[in-house]
Amino acid sequence: MSLLKEEVEKIAHLARISLNEQDIPVYTRNLSDILAFVEQMNNVNTADIVPMAHPLDATARLRADIVSETNQRDNFQSIAPQVEAGLYLVPKVIE
Amino acid sequence: MHNKTLVELSKALHKGEYSSVELTQHFLDRIKNYDSQINSFITITTDEALKAAQAADQIIANGDAGFLTGIPLAHKDIFCTHGVKTSCGSKMLDNFIAPYNATVVEKCQAAGMVMLGKTNMDEFAMGSSNETSFYGPVKNPWDIKSVPGGSSGGSAAAVAARLAPIATGTDTGGSIRQPAALCGITGLKPTYGRVSRYGMIAFASSLDQAGPMGRSAEDVAHLLNVISGFDERDSTSLDVPSDDYTANLNDKLAGLKIGLPKEYFAEGLDSNVAKALESAIKEFEQAGATLHEISLPNTHLAVPIYYIIAPAECSSNLSRFDGVRFGYRCENPTDLDDLYTRSRGEGFGAEVKRRIMIGAYALSAGYYDAYYLKAQQIRRLISQDFSDAFKQVDVILGPTSPTTAFKIGEKSDDPVTMYLSDIYTIAVNMAGLPAMSIPAGLVEQRPVGLQLIGNYLKEAQLLNVAHQYQQVTDWHQAVPQDFKEVL
Repeated sequence: MSLLKEEVEKIAHLARISLNEQDIPVYTRNLSDILAFVEQMNNVNTADIVPMAHPLDATARLRADIVSETNQRDNFQSIAPQVEAGLYLVPKVIE
Repeated sequence: MHNKTLVELSKALHKGEYSSVELTQHFLDRIKNYDSQINSFITITTDEALKAAQAADQIIANGDAGFLTGIPLAHKDIFCTHGVKTSCGSKMLDNFIAPYNATVVEKCQAAGMVMLGKTNMDEFAMGSSNETSFYGPVKNPWDIKSVPGGSSGGSAAAVAARLAPIATGTDTGGSIRQPAALCGITGLKPTYGRVSRYGMIAFASSLDQAGPMGRSAEDVAHLLNVISGFDERDSTSLDVPSDDYTANLNDKLAGLKIGLPKEYFAEGLDSNVAKALESAIKEFEQAGATLHEISLPNTHLAVPIYYIIAPAECSSNLSRFDGVRFGYRCENPTDLDDLYTRSRGEGFGAEVKRRIMIGAYALSAGYYDAYYLKAQQIRRLISQDFSDAFKQVDVILGPTSPTTAFKIGEKSDDPVTMYLSDIYTIAVNMAGLPAMSIPAGLVEQRPVGLQLIGNYLKEAQLLNVAHQYQQVTDWHQAVPQDFKEVL
Protein backbone atom coordinates (compact mmCIF):
# COMPACT_ATOMS: atom_id res chain seq x y z
CA MET A 1 0.00 0.00 0.00
CA SER A 2 1.65 3.19 -1.12
CA LEU A 3 -0.08 6.55 -0.96
CA LEU A 4 0.51 9.35 -3.42
CA LYS A 5 1.37 12.85 -2.30
CA GLU A 6 -2.04 14.06 -3.54
CA GLU A 7 -3.80 11.41 -1.44
CA VAL A 8 -1.98 12.56 1.67
CA GLU A 9 -2.98 16.14 0.92
CA LYS A 10 -6.58 15.02 0.54
CA ILE A 11 -6.48 13.10 3.86
CA ALA A 12 -4.94 16.13 5.59
CA HIS A 13 -7.77 18.23 4.23
CA LEU A 14 -10.40 15.73 5.47
CA ALA A 15 -8.74 15.85 8.90
CA ARG A 16 -8.50 19.66 8.78
CA ILE A 17 -4.78 19.57 9.43
CA SER A 18 -2.38 21.88 7.61
CA LEU A 19 0.94 20.25 6.73
CA ASN A 20 4.16 22.04 5.85
CA GLU A 21 5.14 21.32 2.28
CA GLN A 22 8.51 19.91 3.38
CA ASP A 23 6.85 17.46 5.84
CA ILE A 24 4.56 15.87 3.25
CA PRO A 25 7.09 13.27 1.98
CA VAL A 26 7.68 12.01 5.54
CA TYR A 27 3.94 11.73 6.21
CA THR A 28 3.46 10.00 2.87
CA ARG A 29 6.08 7.42 3.79
CA ASN A 30 4.85 6.94 7.41
CA LEU A 31 1.19 6.61 6.45
CA SER A 32 2.04 4.19 3.62
CA ASP A 33 4.10 2.06 6.05
CA ILE A 34 1.23 1.94 8.54
CA LEU A 35 -1.31 0.99 5.87
CA ALA A 36 1.06 -1.67 4.50
CA PHE A 37 1.39 -3.03 8.02
CA VAL A 38 -2.38 -3.31 8.58
CA GLU A 39 -2.84 -5.04 5.22
CA GLN A 40 -2.39 -8.45 6.88
CA MET A 41 -6.02 -8.04 7.99
CA ASN A 42 -7.01 -8.96 4.47
CA ASN A 43 -5.74 -12.52 4.90
CA VAL A 44 -8.41 -13.21 7.49
CA ASN A 45 -11.77 -14.61 6.49
CA THR A 46 -14.34 -12.57 8.41
CA ALA A 47 -17.48 -13.64 6.57
CA ASP A 48 -20.50 -13.75 8.92
CA ILE A 49 -18.56 -12.35 11.89
CA VAL A 50 -20.46 -9.64 13.72
CA PRO A 51 -18.26 -6.56 14.21
CA MET A 52 -17.46 -5.91 17.86
CA ALA A 53 -18.12 -2.34 18.95
CA HIS A 54 -18.08 -2.79 22.72
CA PRO A 55 -15.96 -5.29 24.64
CA LEU A 56 -18.91 -6.46 26.72
CA ASP A 57 -21.47 -5.90 23.95
CA ALA A 58 -23.26 -3.47 26.23
CA THR A 59 -25.90 -1.24 24.72
CA ALA A 60 -26.26 2.46 25.44
CA ARG A 61 -27.99 3.24 28.69
CA LEU A 62 -31.15 5.33 28.54
CA ARG A 63 -32.24 7.89 31.09
CA ALA A 64 -35.29 10.04 31.71
CA ASP A 65 -35.39 13.22 29.61
CA ILE A 66 -34.92 15.67 32.47
CA VAL A 67 -32.55 18.58 32.96
CA SER A 68 -29.51 17.33 34.87
CA GLU A 69 -26.86 19.94 34.07
CA THR A 70 -26.76 23.60 34.98
CA ASN A 71 -25.77 26.29 32.51
CA GLN A 72 -22.03 26.99 32.87
CA ARG A 73 -21.53 29.14 29.79
CA ASP A 74 -19.47 31.85 31.50
CA ASN A 75 -17.31 29.24 33.22
CA PHE A 76 -16.63 27.36 29.99
CA GLN A 77 -16.13 30.50 27.91
CA SER A 78 -13.55 31.85 30.34
CA ILE A 79 -11.02 29.49 28.72
CA ALA A 80 -12.03 30.19 25.10
CA PRO A 81 -9.60 31.94 22.71
CA GLN A 82 -12.08 34.68 21.76
CA VAL A 83 -15.63 35.40 22.95
CA GLU A 84 -17.98 38.35 22.90
CA ALA A 85 -21.41 38.72 24.49
CA GLY A 86 -21.57 35.01 25.22
CA LEU A 87 -20.64 34.03 21.67
CA TYR A 88 -17.51 32.32 20.35
CA LEU A 89 -15.80 34.44 17.73
CA VAL A 90 -14.36 33.02 14.51
CA PRO A 91 -13.27 34.74 11.25
CA LYS A 92 -16.14 36.02 9.12
CA VAL A 93 -17.94 33.13 7.38
CA ILE A 94 -20.54 35.00 5.31
CA GLU A 95 -19.51 38.06 3.27
CA MET B 1 8.93 7.86 54.16
CA HIS B 2 9.16 7.42 50.40
CA ASN B 3 10.04 3.73 50.65
CA LYS B 4 6.97 2.90 52.70
CA THR B 5 3.93 1.10 51.35
CA LEU B 6 0.48 2.69 51.41
CA VAL B 7 -0.45 0.43 54.33
CA GLU B 8 2.57 1.67 56.30
CA LEU B 9 1.92 5.29 55.38
CA SER B 10 -1.74 5.02 56.30
CA LYS B 11 -0.90 3.50 59.69
CA ALA B 12 1.72 6.15 60.39
CA LEU B 13 -0.70 8.97 59.55
CA HIS B 14 -3.42 7.50 61.71
CA LYS B 15 -1.03 6.97 64.63
CA GLY B 16 0.27 10.51 64.25
CA GLU B 17 3.89 9.47 63.61
CA TYR B 18 3.91 12.23 61.03
CA SER B 19 1.29 14.45 59.48
CA SER B 20 0.01 14.51 55.93
CA VAL B 21 1.61 17.96 55.59
CA GLU B 22 5.01 16.48 56.52
CA LEU B 23 4.51 13.52 54.20
CA THR B 24 3.36 15.73 51.34
CA GLN B 25 6.27 18.14 51.87
CA HIS B 26 8.66 15.19 51.78
CA PHE B 27 7.42 14.12 48.36
CA LEU B 28 7.32 17.72 47.09
CA ASP B 29 10.96 18.06 48.16
CA ARG B 30 11.87 14.87 46.35
CA ILE B 31 10.14 16.10 43.20
CA LYS B 32 12.03 19.38 43.49
CA ASN B 33 15.36 17.62 43.99
CA TYR B 34 15.03 14.82 41.48
CA ASP B 35 12.49 15.53 38.80
CA SER B 36 14.86 17.59 36.67
CA GLN B 37 16.65 14.28 35.98
CA ILE B 38 13.61 12.40 34.70
CA ASN B 39 11.02 15.05 33.68
CA SER B 40 8.13 13.02 35.07
CA PHE B 41 5.91 15.97 36.02
CA ILE B 42 4.32 18.60 33.78
CA THR B 43 2.72 20.54 36.64
CA ILE B 44 3.58 20.46 40.34
CA THR B 45 0.70 21.69 42.49
CA THR B 46 2.64 22.64 45.62
CA ASP B 47 0.16 25.10 47.16
CA GLU B 48 -2.92 23.02 46.45
CA ALA B 49 -1.15 19.92 47.78
CA LEU B 50 -0.19 21.53 51.09
CA LYS B 51 -3.69 22.92 51.50
CA ALA B 52 -5.24 19.50 50.81
CA ALA B 53 -2.76 17.92 53.24
CA GLN B 54 -3.78 20.36 55.99
CA ALA B 55 -7.41 19.50 55.38
CA ALA B 56 -6.54 15.79 55.50
CA ASP B 57 -4.73 16.25 58.82
CA GLN B 58 -7.85 17.89 60.21
CA ILE B 59 -10.01 14.98 59.03
CA ILE B 60 -7.57 12.52 60.63
CA ALA B 61 -7.62 14.52 63.88
CA ASN B 62 -11.42 14.45 63.85
CA GLY B 63 -11.35 10.67 63.52
CA ASP B 64 -13.22 10.73 60.20
CA ALA B 65 -10.35 9.53 58.01
CA GLY B 66 -10.54 6.76 55.45
CA PHE B 67 -7.69 4.44 54.61
CA LEU B 68 -6.06 6.73 52.04
CA THR B 69 -6.81 10.09 53.70
CA GLY B 70 -3.68 12.23 53.62
CA ILE B 71 -1.79 9.98 51.17
CA PRO B 72 -0.19 11.92 48.28
CA LEU B 73 -0.63 10.81 44.69
CA ALA B 74 0.12 12.00 41.16
CA HIS B 75 -2.42 12.13 38.35
CA LYS B 76 -1.58 11.54 34.71
CA ASP B 77 -2.12 14.84 32.91
CA ILE B 78 -4.97 13.29 30.91
CA PHE B 79 -7.41 13.67 33.83
CA CYS B 80 -9.20 17.01 34.06
CA THR B 81 -8.35 18.81 37.30
CA HIS B 82 -10.52 21.80 38.16
CA GLY B 83 -8.49 25.02 38.09
CA VAL B 84 -5.25 23.23 37.25
CA LYS B 85 -3.63 22.98 33.81
CA THR B 86 -4.58 19.75 32.04
CA SER B 87 -2.34 19.51 28.97
CA CYS B 88 -2.59 15.87 27.85
CA GLY B 89 1.07 16.31 26.90
CA SER B 90 0.09 18.57 23.99
CA LYS B 91 0.78 22.09 22.82
CA MET B 92 -2.92 22.06 21.89
CA LEU B 93 -3.86 22.11 25.59
CA ASP B 94 -0.84 23.95 26.98
CA ASN B 95 -3.16 26.80 28.01
CA PHE B 96 -6.08 24.61 29.11
CA ILE B 97 -7.21 25.08 32.70
CA ALA B 98 -9.84 22.39 33.19
CA PRO B 99 -13.22 23.79 34.27
CA TYR B 100 -14.21 20.58 36.11
CA ASN B 101 -12.79 17.45 37.71
CA ALA B 102 -12.62 13.98 36.19
CA THR B 103 -14.54 11.39 38.22
CA VAL B 104 -11.25 9.67 39.08
CA VAL B 105 -9.87 12.96 40.45
CA GLU B 106 -13.09 13.66 42.33
CA LYS B 107 -13.06 10.21 43.94
CA CYS B 108 -9.43 10.57 45.06
CA GLN B 109 -10.25 13.97 46.54
CA ALA B 110 -13.30 12.60 48.30
CA ALA B 111 -11.08 9.90 49.81
CA GLY B 112 -8.88 12.66 51.22
CA MET B 113 -5.91 11.95 48.97
CA VAL B 114 -3.48 14.77 48.19
CA MET B 115 -2.58 15.55 44.56
CA LEU B 116 1.13 16.36 44.16
CA GLY B 117 0.85 17.29 40.49
CA LYS B 118 0.20 16.12 36.96
CA THR B 119 2.50 13.66 35.27
CA ASN B 120 4.07 13.78 31.84
CA MET B 121 2.75 11.53 29.09
CA ASP B 122 2.86 10.89 25.36
CA GLU B 123 0.80 13.51 23.55
CA PHE B 124 -2.89 12.56 23.85
CA ALA B 125 -1.65 9.18 25.17
CA MET B 126 -0.38 8.24 21.71
CA GLY B 127 2.98 6.61 22.14
CA SER B 128 4.91 3.81 23.79
CA SER B 129 8.01 5.70 24.86
CA ASN B 130 6.92 9.11 26.20
CA GLU B 131 8.92 10.76 23.43
CA THR B 132 5.86 12.39 21.81
CA SER B 133 5.16 14.73 24.76
CA PHE B 134 5.20 18.47 24.00
CA TYR B 135 7.04 18.83 27.32
CA GLY B 136 9.95 16.64 26.31
CA PRO B 137 10.63 12.95 26.93
CA VAL B 138 10.40 11.35 30.35
CA LYS B 139 13.54 9.45 31.29
CA ASN B 140 13.64 6.02 32.86
CA PRO B 141 14.90 6.24 36.49
CA TRP B 142 16.80 2.98 35.93
CA ASP B 143 18.76 4.49 33.04
CA ILE B 144 18.15 8.08 32.12
CA LYS B 145 19.25 7.42 28.53
CA SER B 146 16.34 5.00 28.13
CA VAL B 147 12.61 5.50 27.73
CA PRO B 148 10.19 4.85 30.61
CA GLY B 149 7.60 3.41 28.21
CA GLY B 150 4.35 5.13 27.42
CA SER B 151 1.98 6.61 27.39
CA SER B 152 1.72 6.79 31.22
CA GLY B 153 5.51 7.12 31.41
CA GLY B 154 5.50 10.09 33.78
CA SER B 155 3.37 8.26 36.33
CA ALA B 156 5.52 5.13 36.04
CA ALA B 157 8.81 7.02 36.35
CA ALA B 158 7.54 9.13 39.28
CA VAL B 159 6.51 6.03 41.23
CA ALA B 160 9.72 4.17 40.36
CA ALA B 161 11.89 7.13 41.46
CA ARG B 162 9.85 7.39 44.68
CA LEU B 163 8.61 10.89 43.80
CA ALA B 164 5.03 9.78 44.47
CA PRO B 165 3.81 6.79 46.47
CA ILE B 166 1.14 5.99 43.87
CA ALA B 167 -0.26 7.42 40.65
CA THR B 168 -3.05 7.14 38.12
CA GLY B 169 -2.63 6.15 34.50
CA THR B 170 -4.69 5.21 31.46
CA ASP B 171 -4.35 2.27 29.12
CA THR B 172 -5.64 2.17 25.53
CA GLY B 173 -3.16 -0.35 24.10
CA GLY B 174 -0.79 -0.96 27.00
CA SER B 175 -0.19 2.53 28.35
CA ILE B 176 -0.35 1.49 32.01
CA ARG B 177 1.24 -1.95 31.73
CA GLN B 178 4.14 -1.29 29.34
CA PRO B 179 5.58 1.70 31.29
CA ALA B 180 4.96 -0.20 34.55
CA ALA B 181 7.06 -3.02 33.10
CA LEU B 182 9.85 -0.78 31.82
CA CYS B 183 10.06 1.17 35.12
CA GLY B 184 9.72 -1.83 37.45
CA ILE B 185 6.42 -0.95 39.10
CA THR B 186 2.99 -2.56 39.41
CA GLY B 187 0.22 -1.31 37.12
CA LEU B 188 -3.34 -2.50 36.58
CA LYS B 189 -5.64 -1.92 33.63
CA PRO B 190 -9.12 -2.80 34.87
CA THR B 191 -11.97 -4.27 32.81
CA TYR B 192 -13.25 -1.80 30.22
CA GLY B 193 -15.90 0.30 31.96
CA ARG B 194 -14.80 -0.52 35.53
CA VAL B 195 -13.32 2.95 36.14
CA SER B 196 -15.14 6.03 34.85
CA ARG B 197 -13.85 7.77 31.73
CA TYR B 198 -15.65 11.01 32.64
CA GLY B 199 -13.19 13.89 32.48
CA MET B 200 -10.45 11.68 31.07
CA ILE B 201 -9.46 13.21 27.74
CA ALA B 202 -10.66 10.71 25.14
CA PHE B 203 -8.29 8.97 22.72
CA ALA B 204 -10.02 5.74 21.58
CA SER B 205 -13.26 5.53 23.47
CA SER B 206 -13.94 1.82 23.05
CA LEU B 207 -10.47 0.96 24.43
CA ASP B 208 -9.53 3.68 26.98
CA GLN B 209 -9.49 2.62 30.62
CA ALA B 210 -8.00 4.27 33.70
CA GLY B 211 -6.17 2.38 36.41
CA PRO B 212 -3.76 2.58 39.34
CA MET B 213 0.06 2.47 39.13
CA GLY B 214 1.97 1.79 42.32
CA ARG B 215 4.77 -0.14 43.90
CA SER B 216 2.90 -3.32 44.81
CA ALA B 217 -0.31 -5.20 44.09
CA GLU B 218 -1.54 -4.34 47.58
CA ASP B 219 -1.01 -0.59 47.04
CA VAL B 220 -2.70 -0.76 43.66
CA ALA B 221 -5.66 -2.64 45.14
CA HIS B 222 -6.21 0.15 47.67
CA LEU B 223 -6.32 2.82 44.96
CA LEU B 224 -8.60 0.69 42.77
CA ASN B 225 -11.01 0.53 45.71
CA VAL B 226 -11.20 4.33 45.55
CA ILE B 227 -11.44 4.94 41.80
CA SER B 228 -13.59 2.06 40.54
CA GLY B 229 -17.35 1.96 40.29
CA PHE B 230 -20.34 2.91 38.20
CA ASP B 231 -20.62 6.50 37.00
CA GLU B 232 -23.72 7.67 35.22
CA ARG B 233 -21.73 10.47 33.58
CA ASP B 234 -19.81 7.87 31.54
CA SER B 235 -22.15 6.19 29.06
CA THR B 236 -19.99 3.05 28.89
CA SER B 237 -19.45 2.71 32.64
CA LEU B 238 -20.38 -0.76 33.92
CA ASP B 239 -23.35 -0.74 36.23
CA VAL B 240 -21.93 -3.53 38.38
CA PRO B 241 -20.89 -3.15 42.04
CA SER B 242 -17.13 -2.97 42.69
CA ASP B 243 -15.40 -5.58 44.81
CA ASP B 244 -13.21 -4.89 47.82
CA TYR B 245 -10.00 -5.47 45.90
CA THR B 246 -7.95 -6.04 49.04
CA ALA B 247 -10.23 -8.77 50.40
CA ASN B 248 -8.69 -11.70 48.51
CA LEU B 249 -5.05 -10.66 48.51
CA ASN B 250 -4.05 -13.40 50.96
CA ASP B 251 -5.82 -16.29 49.27
CA LYS B 252 -3.48 -19.17 48.49
CA LEU B 253 -2.75 -20.08 44.89
CA ALA B 254 -3.05 -23.87 45.27
CA GLY B 255 -5.09 -25.22 42.37
CA LEU B 256 -4.95 -22.00 40.37
CA LYS B 257 -4.79 -22.74 36.65
CA ILE B 258 -2.35 -20.49 34.83
CA GLY B 259 -2.39 -20.40 31.04
CA LEU B 260 0.81 -19.73 29.09
CA PRO B 261 -0.04 -18.59 25.56
CA LYS B 262 2.48 -20.11 23.17
CA GLU B 263 2.22 -17.04 20.93
CA TYR B 264 3.57 -14.87 23.79
CA PHE B 265 6.70 -16.95 24.22
CA ALA B 266 7.54 -17.20 20.52
CA GLU B 267 9.99 -15.39 18.26
CA GLY B 268 10.42 -11.71 19.07
CA LEU B 269 10.64 -12.16 22.84
CA ASP B 270 14.04 -11.12 24.19
CA SER B 271 15.83 -14.18 25.58
CA ASN B 272 16.74 -12.48 28.86
CA VAL B 273 13.13 -11.44 29.41
CA ALA B 274 12.08 -15.03 28.66
CA LYS B 275 14.59 -16.30 31.23
CA ALA B 276 13.27 -13.96 33.92
CA LEU B 277 9.73 -15.13 33.20
CA GLU B 278 10.81 -18.77 33.49
CA SER B 279 11.97 -18.24 37.07
CA ALA B 280 8.76 -16.36 37.87
CA ILE B 281 6.71 -19.24 36.49
CA LYS B 282 8.60 -21.62 38.82
CA GLU B 283 7.54 -19.49 41.79
CA PHE B 284 3.91 -19.86 40.80
CA GLU B 285 4.35 -23.61 40.45
CA GLN B 286 5.87 -23.77 43.92
CA ALA B 287 2.88 -21.88 45.24
CA GLY B 288 0.68 -24.69 43.98
CA ALA B 289 -0.56 -23.27 40.71
CA THR B 290 -0.73 -25.53 37.68
CA LEU B 291 0.56 -24.49 34.26
CA HIS B 292 -1.21 -25.06 30.98
CA GLU B 293 -0.08 -24.24 27.49
CA ILE B 294 -2.81 -22.39 25.66
CA SER B 295 -3.12 -20.74 22.27
CA LEU B 296 -4.38 -17.28 21.35
CA PRO B 297 -4.16 -17.85 17.60
CA ASN B 298 -5.13 -14.35 16.47
CA THR B 299 -2.52 -12.56 18.61
CA HIS B 300 -0.56 -11.39 15.55
CA LEU B 301 -3.61 -9.44 14.33
CA ALA B 302 -4.03 -7.33 17.46
CA VAL B 303 -1.48 -4.63 16.59
CA PRO B 304 -2.65 -4.25 12.96
CA ILE B 305 -6.32 -3.82 13.91
CA TYR B 306 -5.37 -1.49 16.75
CA TYR B 307 -3.82 0.85 14.19
CA ILE B 308 -7.16 1.07 12.43
CA ILE B 309 -9.55 1.13 15.39
CA ALA B 310 -7.61 3.50 17.66
CA PRO B 311 -6.84 6.06 14.90
CA ALA B 312 -10.43 5.92 13.63
CA GLU B 313 -11.78 6.68 17.09
CA CYS B 314 -9.10 9.30 17.74
CA SER B 315 -9.80 11.12 14.49
CA SER B 316 -13.38 11.45 15.66
CA ASN B 317 -12.58 12.34 19.30
CA LEU B 318 -9.89 14.86 18.44
CA SER B 319 -12.12 16.73 16.01
CA ARG B 320 -13.20 18.77 19.06
CA PHE B 321 -9.84 20.57 19.02
CA ASP B 322 -10.72 23.23 16.50
CA GLY B 323 -9.29 26.45 17.93
CA VAL B 324 -12.76 27.80 18.69
CA ARG B 325 -13.87 26.86 22.20
CA PHE B 326 -10.70 25.99 24.12
CA GLY B 327 -7.07 25.13 23.59
CA TYR B 328 -4.61 26.43 21.04
CA ARG B 329 -5.64 28.90 18.32
CA CYS B 330 -3.29 29.92 15.49
CA GLU B 331 -2.30 33.58 15.03
CA ASN B 332 -4.29 35.75 12.58
CA PRO B 333 -6.49 33.17 10.84
CA THR B 334 -7.58 34.40 7.39
CA ASP B 335 -10.83 32.41 7.30
CA LEU B 336 -12.59 29.63 9.20
CA ASP B 337 -10.86 26.83 7.31
CA ASP B 338 -7.49 28.44 7.95
CA LEU B 339 -8.40 28.71 11.65
CA TYR B 340 -9.19 24.97 11.85
CA THR B 341 -6.33 23.64 9.78
CA ARG B 342 -3.56 25.81 11.17
CA SER B 343 -4.71 25.53 14.80
CA ARG B 344 -4.64 21.74 14.40
CA GLY B 345 -1.51 21.66 12.24
CA GLU B 346 0.42 23.81 14.71
CA GLY B 347 -1.20 22.48 17.92
CA PHE B 348 -0.73 18.73 17.35
CA GLY B 349 2.59 16.89 17.20
CA ALA B 350 3.65 14.48 14.45
CA GLU B 351 2.41 11.21 15.96
CA VAL B 352 -1.02 12.65 16.75
CA LYS B 353 -1.30 14.01 13.21
CA ARG B 354 -0.30 10.63 11.76
CA ARG B 355 -2.97 8.83 13.74
CA ILE B 356 -5.71 11.36 13.01
CA MET B 357 -4.91 11.09 9.30
CA ILE B 358 -4.89 7.27 9.33
CA GLY B 359 -8.26 7.42 11.06
CA ALA B 360 -9.68 9.98 8.65
CA TYR B 361 -8.52 7.79 5.75
CA ALA B 362 -9.93 4.56 7.22
CA LEU B 363 -13.31 6.19 7.83
CA SER B 364 -13.48 8.08 4.53
CA ALA B 365 -16.05 7.28 1.85
CA GLY B 366 -15.41 3.92 0.20
CA TYR B 367 -12.91 2.64 2.77
CA TYR B 368 -15.06 2.07 5.86
CA ASP B 369 -15.86 -1.61 5.17
CA ALA B 370 -12.31 -2.49 4.14
CA TYR B 371 -10.71 -1.00 7.24
CA TYR B 372 -12.87 -0.13 10.25
CA LEU B 373 -15.53 -2.80 9.81
CA LYS B 374 -12.96 -5.47 8.98
CA ALA B 375 -10.92 -4.51 12.05
CA GLN B 376 -13.98 -4.69 14.29
CA GLN B 377 -14.72 -8.18 12.96
CA ILE B 378 -11.19 -9.35 13.69
CA ARG B 379 -11.55 -7.77 17.10
CA ARG B 380 -14.29 -10.29 17.85
CA LEU B 381 -11.98 -13.15 16.82
CA ILE B 382 -9.34 -11.90 19.24
CA SER B 383 -11.90 -11.60 21.99
CA GLN B 384 -13.11 -15.12 21.22
CA ASP B 385 -9.55 -16.44 21.63
CA PHE B 386 -9.60 -15.18 25.21
CA SER B 387 -13.05 -16.56 26.05
CA ASP B 388 -11.95 -19.96 24.76
CA ALA B 389 -8.80 -19.75 26.88
CA PHE B 390 -10.74 -18.82 30.02
CA LYS B 391 -12.74 -22.04 29.67
CA GLN B 392 -9.48 -23.87 30.44
CA VAL B 393 -7.57 -21.57 32.81
CA ASP B 394 -8.15 -18.95 35.53
CA VAL B 395 -5.49 -16.43 34.55
CA ILE B 396 -3.12 -15.98 31.63
CA LEU B 397 0.56 -15.24 32.18
CA GLY B 398 3.09 -13.82 29.74
CA PRO B 399 5.53 -11.00 29.16
CA THR B 400 4.27 -7.41 29.27
CA SER B 401 6.77 -6.16 26.71
CA PRO B 402 9.09 -8.05 24.34
CA THR B 403 12.17 -6.20 25.65
CA THR B 404 13.33 -4.15 28.61
CA ALA B 405 13.55 -0.35 28.27
CA PHE B 406 15.06 0.78 24.96
CA LYS B 407 17.15 3.88 24.34
CA ILE B 408 15.57 7.29 23.77
CA GLY B 409 15.50 7.91 20.01
CA GLU B 410 16.01 4.26 19.10
CA LYS B 411 12.53 3.74 17.60
CA SER B 412 11.15 7.25 17.32
CA ASP B 413 11.64 7.55 13.54
CA ASP B 414 9.87 4.33 12.70
CA PRO B 415 6.22 4.22 13.84
CA VAL B 416 5.62 0.57 12.93
CA THR B 417 8.62 -0.72 14.94
CA MET B 418 7.47 1.39 17.88
CA TYR B 419 3.95 -0.02 17.60
CA LEU B 420 5.27 -3.56 17.92
CA SER B 421 6.54 -2.88 21.45
CA ASP B 422 2.88 -3.21 22.50
CA ILE B 423 2.44 -6.61 20.88
CA TYR B 424 1.53 -8.42 24.14
CA THR B 425 -0.65 -5.71 25.64
CA ILE B 426 -2.95 -4.56 22.83
CA ALA B 427 -5.09 -7.70 22.47
CA VAL B 428 -6.29 -7.22 26.07
CA ASN B 429 -7.73 -3.80 25.20
CA MET B 430 -9.43 -5.24 22.14
CA ALA B 431 -11.20 -7.77 24.36
CA GLY B 432 -11.73 -5.26 27.23
CA LEU B 433 -10.20 -7.62 29.81
CA PRO B 434 -8.39 -6.66 33.03
CA ALA B 435 -4.64 -7.17 33.08
CA MET B 436 -1.65 -6.07 35.09
CA SER B 437 2.10 -5.84 34.91
CA ILE B 438 4.31 -6.70 37.88
CA PRO B 439 8.10 -6.56 38.22
CA ALA B 440 9.66 -10.00 37.70
CA GLY B 441 13.38 -9.47 37.37
CA LEU B 442 16.21 -7.20 36.36
CA VAL B 443 18.29 -7.64 33.21
CA GLU B 444 21.40 -5.45 33.27
CA GLN B 445 19.69 -3.22 35.85
CA ARG B 446 16.56 -2.87 33.72
CA PRO B 447 13.23 -4.14 35.01
CA VAL B 448 11.32 -7.00 33.38
CA GLY B 449 7.53 -6.93 33.50
CA LEU B 450 5.31 -9.97 33.88
CA GLN B 451 1.77 -9.66 32.60
CA LEU B 452 -1.26 -11.33 34.17
CA ILE B 453 -4.54 -11.29 32.26
CA GLY B 454 -7.83 -12.12 33.94
CA ASN B 455 -11.39 -12.74 32.91
CA TYR B 456 -13.93 -9.90 32.93
CA LEU B 457 -14.23 -8.17 36.34
CA LYS B 458 -11.69 -10.52 37.94
CA GLU B 459 -9.45 -7.70 39.13
CA ALA B 460 -9.51 -9.08 42.68
CA GLN B 461 -8.19 -12.42 41.46
CA LEU B 462 -5.39 -10.79 39.44
CA LEU B 463 -4.38 -8.72 42.46
CA ASN B 464 -4.41 -11.83 44.63
CA VAL B 465 -2.12 -13.70 42.21
CA ALA B 466 0.22 -10.70 41.95
CA HIS B 467 0.26 -10.17 45.72
CA GLN B 468 1.11 -13.80 46.41
CA TYR B 469 4.03 -13.54 43.97
CA GLN B 470 5.18 -10.38 45.73
CA GLN B 471 5.12 -12.22 49.07
CA VAL B 472 7.85 -14.59 47.89
CA THR B 473 9.88 -12.25 45.66
CA ASP B 474 11.29 -8.77 46.14
CA TRP B 475 11.59 -7.44 42.58
CA HIS B 476 8.86 -4.90 43.35
CA GLN B 477 11.00 -3.47 46.15
CA ALA B 478 14.03 -2.73 43.97
CA VAL B 479 14.83 0.98 43.81
CA PRO B 480 16.85 2.58 41.00
CA GLN B 481 20.34 3.39 42.31
CA ASP B 482 20.21 7.15 41.74
CA PHE B 483 16.95 7.64 43.63
CA LYS B 484 17.68 5.72 46.83
CA GLU B 485 18.90 8.60 49.02
CA VAL B 486 16.76 10.01 51.80
CA LEU B 487 16.30 13.33 50.05
